[in-house]
Amino acid sequence: MSERLADVSPAAVSLPLPRSRQRRATGPFRAVLVALAAVIPLIIVAVLLFLVVYAWPAIKFNGLGFLLTKTWDLGNLYADPVEKRGVLAPIGATYGCLVFVAGTLASSFIALLVAVPVSLGISIFLAEGVLPAFKTPFAIVVEMLAVVPSVVYGLWGIIVLVPIVAHYIAPGLAAVLGFIPFFRAGGGTGFGLLASSLVLALMVIPVITITVYDSMTRIPKEAKEAAYALGTTKFEMVFFTMLPMVRPAIIGAVILGLGRALGETMAVLMVSGGALNYMPTTLMTPISTMASFIVSQLDSAEQDESGLAVQSLAEIAIVLFVITVFVNMVARLLVRRGSGAHG
Amino acid sequence: MASASVAGFRADTIKRRPVAGRRFRSVLGWVFCSVAFALVAVPLVDIILLIFVRGFSALSPQLFTQVTEGVGGGLLNAITGTIVLSIGALIFGVPIGVGTGIYLSEFGNGRFGSVVRFLADVLTGVPSIVLGYFSYVTMVIWLGWQFSVLAASITLAMMILPYMAKMTELVLRQIPISMREAAYALGANDRMVVVRVLLPVAMPGIITAILLSLAISVGETAPLIYTAGWSNYVWNGQLTHQPIGYLTYVIWSFINQPFASAHALAFAAALLVMVTVLAINLGARAVLYGRSR
Repeated sequence: MSERLADVSPAAVSLPLPRSRQRRATGPFRAVLVALAAVIPLIIVAVLLFLVVYAWPAIKFNGLGFLLTKTWDLGNLYADPVEKRGVLAPIGATYGCLVFVAGTLASSFIALLVAVPVSLGISIFLAEGVLPAFKTPFAIVVEMLAVVPSVVYGLWGIIVLVPIVAHYIAPGLAAVLGFIPFFRAGGGTGFGLLASSLVLALMVIPVITITVYDSMTRIPKEAKEAAYALGTTKFEMVFFTMLPMVRPAIIGAVILGLGRALGETMAVLMVSGGALNYMPTTLMTPISTMASFIVSQLDSAEQDESGLAVQSLAEIAIVLFVITVFVNMVARLLVRRGSGAHG
Repeated sequence: MASASVAGFRADTIKRRPVAGRRFRSVLGWVFCSVAFALVAVPLVDIILLIFVRGFSALSPQLFTQVTEGVGGGLLNAITGTIVLSIGALIFGVPIGVGTGIYLSEFGNGRFGSVVRFLADVLTGVPSIVLGYFSYVTMVIWLGWQFSVLAASITLAMMILPYMAKMTELVLRQIPISMREAAYALGANDRMVVVRVLLPVAMPGIITAILLSLAISVGETAPLIYTAGWSNYVWNGQLTHQPIGYLTYVIWSFINQPFASAHALAFAAALLVMVTVLAINLGARAVLYGRSR
């Protein structure tokens, strides 16, 4: 009797049912969906795998010194290649990506230096500063910054920003902060580290702003009211209550922006001046980033019959891939944890 | 201030100056925040003005009827090329992206689902040039397709894939669970629930996602340099072994030419790209905003 009752009791019937539904990933329909969902992981694996396989001769030839060598020299492309370290290479060929790593890190770092305070300011302004009626249109302005194509930023950079940098910003910085060597070079053409950083900042700001603004709007009203009850001004409430509450989101958003800046190609390519074989020493030094260098060098690298130059470009792509994937993973984990903490 | 008068004279004298300082700092803070907004609003307006003013003055009927010759002529080859590449990207990217989104929303609560979700975020962050180089190595060189429509379309599809998946998942998850339960209770299987019940409801959202993906592929440049090449001729229908022109290439390469006609073409191309991208994005936001009210 009691056994029968247990058999038909709702708990006994309904508990195993969902579990069996969950486990049963069979059926042609679900199999197709699983196959489609597997494409994204496959792409990530394939990108890394095929780039490494393709660049393998270059990785062998360049060794670990690739990361620490400043020189990028295709060597003598008119003589027959000679064998060196088990690889056929043009005579005198040297490949190193230190200059491009330095250009990438320097431009991204300066871009964040500009973008982070500005983004926080905009987030505060959108979340608490403007009338409710203006919130949406103002937020759309920021979102539109994120959809302007990279190459259009580059175009605007060449026509508008680079002359402004050359004629106003650089001489101004040199006049005020000229005692520091990094700021001393005024003038120049305007193409270089500063112009790249400013364009990058403009492209990174919406990434940071949208994330931070989003988590600010999710702060419960009670927290704000508690701050007001302690006698704060509105700005103090924002600064001492809201900003600390969204700190995890801010950190994640900044790293997300860093990922965007590291991989940005066209805009930087168009305003960076394209440096080869020298390090950025001042704000006005022309630079190359890893991404922009890959694009700008394809034509000349293809002249190399041994193929080593193109393979070395692939090695740069691997370095860039590893750096950006790492940065993005950290950022996503932080953003996820940050948004989880506040619901 | 009120609390100061209650606390008495001494508290008042002690507190008055800090309060003034706090007010001042708060005003300063708000000034900084509004200046920060102006710092991005002014460049955006300037970008749009520059592209629209210079672009409109470069517009002419021959842009749409002639192909590019040297640094002059029209943009017919680039316009058709951009359309072909974008459609190609959607053909590959939309089915896989929507399928991934359905999987993540309906069956993706397990470990595999969270891995896919996480890697979709990671793929969004992979620089487009790296994807372009990957396609260059695999399709252009190893498969011997050379610069071609197929290689370029697949590269663009890899870029829009994670967006399609994330947006489809988001749209499907907003559909109430009771609709699925009702369908299953009537004896529908997984396929019928998804195809007959969920997809019709989610269709407006999915179409928005497709349009946003279209905007992404129209504005993309870097990976195409490695996969599409450039051609002065209108696409002849060949999928491989045939380079193809596209609008963003014109912007990038012609602005560096020292000729007025090249600059005019660059600005005209920029205008076409910007109008497409802005119209799609503003339209999508208007629809989303209208529905949320």
